[in-house]
Amino acid sequence: MRNFIYLLIGIFFGIILIKSEVSSWYRIQEMFRFQSFHMYGVMLSAIAVALIGKLALKKSKIKSATGKEIVTGKKKYHHGLVIGGVLFGIGWGLTGVCPGPLYALIGKGMYALIILFISALAGTWIYSFFREKLPH
Amino acid sequence: MQTVINYISQPWPWYIAGPLIGLVVVLLQWIDNNPLAVSSSYRHICAAVFPASVPFLKYNWKAESWNLLFVAGIIIGGFLAGTVFSNPLNINISHETAVQLQSIGIQDTSGFAPAQLFSFQALQTIQGIIILVFGGFLVGFGSRYAGGCVSGHSMTGISDLQWTSMLATASIFAGGIFAAYILLPLTLKL
Repeated sequence: MRNFIYLLIGIFFGIILIKSEVSSWYRIQEMFRFQSFHMYGVMLSAIAVALIGKLALKKSKIKSATGKEIVTGKKKYHHGLVIGGVLFGIGWGLTGVCPGPLYALIGKGMYALIILFISALAGTWIYSFFREKLPH
Repeated sequence: MQTVINYISQPWPWYIAGPLIGLVVVLLQWIDNNPLAVSSSYRHICAAVFPASVPFLKYNWKAESWNLLFVAGIIIGGFLAGTVFSNPLNINISHETAVQLQSIGIQDTSGFAPAQLFSFQALQTIQGIIILVFGGFLVGFGSRYAGGCVSGHSMTGISDLQWTSMLATASIFAGGIFAAYILLPLTLKL
């Protein structure tokens, strides 16, 4: 039941993804063509607020709501960052959706994107299956 | 009440939406040291539904159930934003983008995405199959291979000052620019 809070945060996040139009294929085309500041404004201001907020959490040494020390994730280098990143970028450029907006758009009523969702699940599964054979 | 609904029904400018997304990142960190991570949910769903005997899908996905509730929330949020607070106007994209899209064959720029590519009928066309099936496959395969998508790397990772996430974001943009300028026009010409 404690996890219910995540449902609420997800609802809030889903509303932002639609209302800010970052889920729109047109906005993504505009972004990759560098023809509008909108997407960059969203991402850069999100990063700035997240950066300052997490620094403040760490500096103030307050504990998490669950009573733990605040620790942020470390991401080690592996080749997948580049290879997977480029492949994901191609998918994003073609479909205009990244994983979050995909959920939001299905909720919004674009049911044809369920096909895209199933394809994304298939991609995840195939990656998992061939993981040991891929360069990391 | 109606004026409040009308007010939030307008499209939100970047300087409202961006900081709110940043707050979501901070909130998830503060609650239980969680990252803003969406593509991981695809792995959890694969692990829950069809793990087969794949080692990467053999883990206690139930321990990550917060993530599944979070994405269930995104679906509900999308529903609310699309109905209760829906914005009736088309997306006001830049003139250059609209002209470029028209020149490669996207005439109708209404809604959130062109219906000629994003509809069930589109599956009867080669373009629709390439975008919905192949494009979707790359979204799932690539984000898992990179260990995250825009939320995990570009939002969470960069704000944790992880250079690896900056590298992943640069790679994502390289792929996206290639798709927008080269692959998409080629696909639409088929």
